[in-house]
Amino acid sequence: MSRKNARSARSWWVLSICVPALAVAVVMASQALQQPRDVDNSYATQAPTAEYPIAIRQPAGPPTVDTGQIDGAGRPIVANCTTCHTTKPPNPRIINGGELQDFHQGLVTNHGNRSCLSCHNPDDYNQLRLADDRPVPFQDVMTLCAQCHGPQYKDYQHGAHGGMTGYWDLTRGPRARNNCIDCHDPHAPQYPRLMPVHRPNDRFLRPPSSENAHE
Amino acid sequence: MSDQQTTPLPVLNNISRRTAIKAAGATLGALAFAKAVSPLVEWASADTSMDEMLQRHYKELGPGQMDKVIARLEEDAKEDYGADVTITDAKPTPGVKFAYALNLSVCIGCRRCAKACHEENNHDRASGNSYIRVLEMSKGSMDMEKGTADYDHPIPQDDKFYMPVQCQQCDAPPCVSVCPVEATWKEDDGIVVVDYNWCIGCRYCEAACPYHARRFNWTKPEIPAEEVNPDQGYLSNRIRPQGVMEKCTFCLHRTREGRLPACLEACPTGARVFGNILDPDSEIRWVLQNKRVFVLKEELGTKPQFFYFFDK
Repeated sequence: MSRKNARSARSWWVLSICVPALAVAVVMASQALQQPRDVDNSYATQAPTAEYPIAIRQPAGPPTVDTGQIDGAGRPIVANCTTCHTTKPPNPRIINGGELQDFHQGLVTNHGNRSCLSCHNPDDYNQLRLADDRPVPFQDVMTLCAQCHGPQYKDYQHGAHGGMTGYWDLTRGPRARNNCIDCHDPHAPQYPRLMPVHRPNDRFLRPPSSENAHE
Repeated sequence: MSDQQTTPLPVLNNISRRTAIKAAGATLGALAFAKAVSPLVEWASADTSMDEMLQRHYKELGPGQMDKVIARLEEDAKEDYGADVTITDAKPTPGVKFAYALNLSVCIGCRRCAKACHEENNHDRASGNSYIRVLEMSKGSMDMEKGTADYDHPIPQDDKFYMPVQCQQCDAPPCVSVCPVEATWKEDDGIVVVDYNWCIGCRYCEAACPYHARRFNWTKPEIPAEEVNPDQGYLSNRIRPQGVMEKCTFCLHRTREGRLPACLEACPTGARVFGNILDPDSEIRWVLQNKRVFVLKEELGTKPQFFYFFDK
């Protein structure tokens, strides 16, 4: 009993030191948060006392299309979006990758009733566009996804959706997080069916054999 | 008689019949005793060093004694497995109590968590042991006893959901109260641990756990040297001896250093949420406050610190 009392007395001491320190830290951090922030990492949620960052993976930039040809050095020749799309006028009637005849054949689209131009920007194919016609760079694809998938985005912001690695305690180390399209194909976002790994081999799951039976 | 009393040594030439029979009996008795204890002696000398036999309980190890124990265990790992390992004895952090939550709407049953556990925690390769059992459950059923763990078909199935079950780190752990030798207990950060060197392998705790979360080392674990995870904890993933119980420790050798558990890092969908339940800004607290969480077999009063929830 006395040991327990001593422990609780000690923890009160620790509390009385920690609470004001924490309060100061929270106030300082909230002041820092009020400063205007870059749009790029607006979806990065950071605990107020965090010392290490949460790094969210981002696409490198606009995607490229493999032309199937190889240049003199043996590297595959890829085409940028604007290589074709500056000369080809957009066709808003096409709402499915299967209807395309010149390029992007075999593109499977299964994303509700979205058409290509729901997300792709016909004014600048090197960018995406939001529902209100504002352009958004490919790197910030999560902003685009979050327009419709609010509950998932909210869960993501609170660490309850999407894979991560690193530290739960950000005062001791950083954390890395996936973005939406790391796991979901934006053209067919449902997570694919796959075979499970590591089938259990419990002795309870094995059929009874003469080896295990009592003599 | 008085003549005999004055007779000097040697006495052998006038040994009495009674003394001879006594001596013969004593010799036979000593031989029988030696034969009877010989298995014990052989066992103790073959597998168990004297230091190991005399090692005290984890909580009674004095300063410096733990260092010696760890040095001995690291030597044993080198000798038995050919692996250079580092065993730590990380202590709970004041103000930290671990809790876990799992989103059943997101889990697809891929069992990558179970695989990561198998590798992280130095489980016996042949038995494929893991602290996590992923149960395939029929939608509409919440009875974990009716789930199947050895499903082998593409997942997720439309009429199923998937529920990984591991140690629930109960606040009222039945496994702890049944242990006859106090080889298992609950630490200040909520983790139920086992002192593998104190456990007598009676398996009472395995029988007492309503979540089937405890495992028994039927054989000496076999792991190729290159597959041994060298980052080990005394109370967690160091290679266990044969004949003792083991269990999930929320990877305390990682989580007590602030890192995420191996099963969470392996999860491709982010179904798992881990953190400090005492920190009001933590992810786990947000889940508890904003999702309709439930615990398994709540009616048993075990007070699990592992929470499940559905999105809708």
